[in-house]
Amino acid sequence: MSNALTASFKKFNYEKYASLIALVVLFIISSILSPYFLQVQNILNILRQVSYTGIIALGMTFVIISGGIDLSVGSVAAFVGAVGIIALNYFLPIVGNEYIAVAIGIVAALLMGSLAGALNGFMITRGKIAPFIVTLGTMAIFRSLSLFIGNAGEVRSDSNLFGNFGMNSILFLPVPVFVMLVMAAVLSVVLNQTRYGRYLCAVGSNARVAAYSAVNVDRIKFLAYTLIGLTVGISATLLSSRFNAVSTSNMGMFFELDAIAAVIIGGTPMTGGRGTIWGTVIGAIILGVINNMLNMLGVSPYLQGTVKGIVIIGAVYIQRQRA
Amino acid sequence: MTDILLKTEAIYKEFSGVPVLKGIDLEIVRGEVLGIIGENGAGKSTLMKILGGIYTPTSGQISFEGRPVTIRAPSDAKKLGISLIPQEFNLVKDLTVYDNIFLGSEIRQRNGLLDKKTMMTRTKSLLEELEVTIRPDERIDRLSAAEKQMVEISKAVAMDAKLLIMDEPTTVLTQYEIDILYRLMHRLKRQGVTIIYISHKLKEVKAICDRVMVLRDGEVICLEPIDKLSIYQMAERMVGRELSQIFPKKERAGTEPVLTVQNLTVPGVLENISFELNKGEILGLAGLVGAGRTEVAETIMGIRKHTAGEIALNGAKLEIASPEDAVAAGINYLSEDRQGSGILTGFNVADNITLVSLRAYCDYAIDLINSKRQRAAAQQHVERFNIKTQGLDTRLEFLSGGNQQKVSLAKSIDPQPIVLIADEPTRGVDVSAKQEIYRFIKSLADMGLSCLFISSEQEEIVGMCHRVLVMKEGRVMGVLSGDEISEAEIMFLATGVRETETLHQ
Repeated sequence: MSNALTASFKKFNYEKYASLIALVVLFIISSILSPYFLQVQNILNILRQVSYTGIIALGMTFVIISGGIDLSVGSVAAFVGAVGIIALNYFLPIVGNEYIAVAIGIVAALLMGSLAGALNGFMITRGKIAPFIVTLGTMAIFRSLSLFIGNAGEVRSDSNLFGNFGMNSILFLPVPVFVMLVMAAVLSVVLNQTRYGRYLCAVGSNARVAAYSAVNVDRIKFLAYTLIGLTVGISATLLSSRFNAVSTSNMGMFFELDAIAAVIIGGTPMTGGRGTIWGTVIGAIILGVINNMLNMLGVSPYLQGTVKGIVIIGAVYIQRQRA
Repeated sequence: MTDILLKTEAIYKEFSGVPVLKGIDLEIVRGEVLGIIGENGAGKSTLMKILGGIYTPTSGQISFEGRPVTIRAPSDAKKLGISLIPQEFNLVKDLTVYDNIFLGSEIRQRNGLLDKKTMMTRTKSLLEELEVTIRPDERIDRLSAAEKQMVEISKAVAMDAKLLIMDEPTTVLTQYEIDILYRLMHRLKRQGVTIIYISHKLKEVKAICDRVMVLRDGEVICLEPIDKLSIYQMAERMVGRELSQIFPKKERAGTEPVLTVQNLTVPGVLENISFELNKGEILGLAGLVGAGRTEVAETIMGIRKHTAGEIALNGAKLEIASPEDAVAAGINYLSEDRQGSGILTGFNVADNITLVSLRAYCDYAIDLINSKRQRAAAQQHVERFNIKTQGLDTRLEFLSGGNQQKVSLAKSIDPQPIVLIADEPTRGVDVSAKQEIYRFIKSLADMGLSCLFISSEQEEIVGMCHRVLVMKEGRVMGVLSGDEISEAEIMFLATGVRETETLHQ
C-alpha cells in the first residue's frame, strides 16, 4: 500500500506541474493573508490585469521555443494601438457607421501588429541577425514612431463603442480574459498536435538537424515572429479599448519583461526546443497574484519590480537545478 | 613482480537504478597498451569516465601506483597523471589550437600574463610529432574532424600523462592518420606511458595492444594477452554468440540509371563530379578525409550551392535549393554527424523517426498530427531495426550510440526515398549493430532503393558496394567495379599513387 503510494509519487511529473503547484501554493498563502483575495471580483481583476501581457506571452512562448526572443513587443503594442485608433478616427466620418469604423480600426491594428512581427522575422531569417539585436532595434524604432504619430501624448478614439467592447464580459469572463483562454487553447493544439508545432520544437532544439531533416527553418521562425506580432496586435486592441485611448509614451512599457517572465515561470526553458502554452498562462497568473498580494499587503508599488525580478531569476534557478 | 599502475576492485556504477558496471576488477601494468572492447552499452566508456573523474563509481575502490585514490573530478585525474581523450570532442571551438591544448594549465610569464609564445612553440612541436600541418593559432571551428582529433590527442600528450585513455580515437581518422597515431603510441610506450585503447575496430586492437579485455553488459568477460585471441574470437566474446558472415551476400544490381550527376562543381570544393547510380545499386564513395565525399552528398541535398553541373532523377532534371526539395524529389540523406545534424537528442524515438516524413502522418488543412498512425509507423521501425529502447516516448539522449544511429537510419528511410545517401552509416557502432545496419541497407537495395554509400572504412566499402567511386581533393579519381574492388585499389586511387604511376610511365 505505502509502496504503491511512493511509486505513484515518484511517477508524478513534477517538472510538468511545477508552475501549477506554485500557483496553488500562492493561492493558499494569499487567501490566508487577505480575506478579500478569494472574492470573485478580485480574482477577475487579477485575470484581467494579466491577460494583456498574457496574450503576448502566448506568442512569446512560440518565439522562445524557436530559440529566439522578442524585446520589441511593448513598443509595437503602443504603435499598433495608436495606428488602430487613428484608422478608426479617420474612417468614422467617411463610412458613417460606427461598427464598421471600429472593425476597420481593429483590423488595422491586427494587420499592423502582424506586419511588425513579420518585419522582425524577415530581418532575423533573411538578414541572419541575432533576434536579440533585431528586436532591440525595433523596440527603439516602434517606440519612437508611436511618440511621433501621437506627438508624445495621448491618441484618443472618437467612438464610444470602441471603448465599450473591451469592458464587456463573455461567459462571465472579461473579454480580454476570454480571448486569452481561447487563444491559449488554440495555440496549445498548434504547438502539441500540428506539424508546425513539431517543426517549431525541432528548430529550437537543433536548427541544423531540422534543416537536414527537410524543415524550412527560416519559414518556421518567420511565422513564429509574425504570430507574436499578431498577439501584440490583439493585446494592443483590447488595451486601447479599455481606456478608449493610447498613451504613446506609457503604453506597453515593460511588456517584454512581463511576457518573457510568464513564459519562463510557466516552465518553458530559455534554450528553446520545447515549451508549454498552459504553463505560460499559469506563469502570467502567478505574476498577477504576486502583484495583487503585494498591493493588499500595502507594499510600495515601486518595490513590485524587485519582487518580479527575484521571481524570474528564482524560477530559472529552480529549472537549472532540475536539469 | 609486475609493476601495477592502476588497480580497480569491484567497481559498481548505477544510473538511476540501472546497473551499468557490475563489479569490475582490473589491473593495468605500467607501460602496456590495454585494449578494451565490447558492444555499445557494454560499459567501456562509463568505466573510462570513472577513471577520468567524470563519473564517480557507486561503489568500489581504485588504487593508483599502489595507493588507494578517490577520483571525484577531472582535475583529480589530471593530478594523478590520467589523461582521457573522450569519444566526443571536448574542445572550445572559439579558441585557438594552443589555447585548447593548454586550457586549464596555461603557461604564464613572470608578470602573470599568458606566455603565448612558449605555448605556441610547444604546440607546434607537439603537432609535428603527430605529423599534422595545423597552425597552432588556428581556431578550432575551422578544423576538420580528423584535425580536431589530432588536437585532442596532442592535448592529452601535453599533460605528460602516466595513463592515457583513448576512447575510439580512430573513428574519424583515415588509415594514413591512424598509422601516424600508431607510431606515436609506440613512442609513448617506450617512454613508459601506459595506454588504454578502446575501439570497435578489432583489427586495430589486434595490431596495437598487448592485452585485451572484453566487456559485456557491465562485466569482464575475459582479459587475455593479445596473441591468445583471434579477431574472430574477440568478436564472439563481445556479442556472446557465434557471428555468421558480417557482410551480406551481394546480389546483382539493376542497370537502369536512377540518379545521374553530371559535372557537378562547387568552387574550391568539388570539381566536375559525374556519376550514375543505378536502380537497386549500392555505390560506394571512398576517399581520405577531406576528399569531398560528404560535400558531394551535401551538394546533392541542396545544403551546398553548386555553380555548375546537373542532377537528374529518373531522367528528369532536378532543381534542388534545399533539403526540402531533395526530400520532395525522393532523395534522403543519413548524415555522418549524428549528434550535430542527424537526430534531436531532446526528441523521443517516435518523433525523431517521423521528423522527415511528418507530412504523411498529418490530417486536415492545418496538418494535425495523427499520433496513432505516426506511432504505429515508428513502432514498425523500432521492431524492424531492432532498436533497443524502453519505449517510443524515450528521449534519444537516453539511447546508446548504436541505437541512436538506427533511429537516424529509420528517420531517413521512413519517407520511402528512391535514393538514400548513407554517410558513414556505421560510425561509432558495435559489431552486431553494424551487421544489422548492413543487412537493412542491403534489403532496401534488394527492394529497389539506390544507395550512395559513403564510408571511411574500406572494409565495409569492399564488403557492401557493387561499384566504388574513389575521390581525392574534390575530384573523382576512378571507378572500381566487381573484382577490382579491393582495399589496395581504393588506397591507390585515394592517395593518388595510381595517377602518378601512369604519369611516369
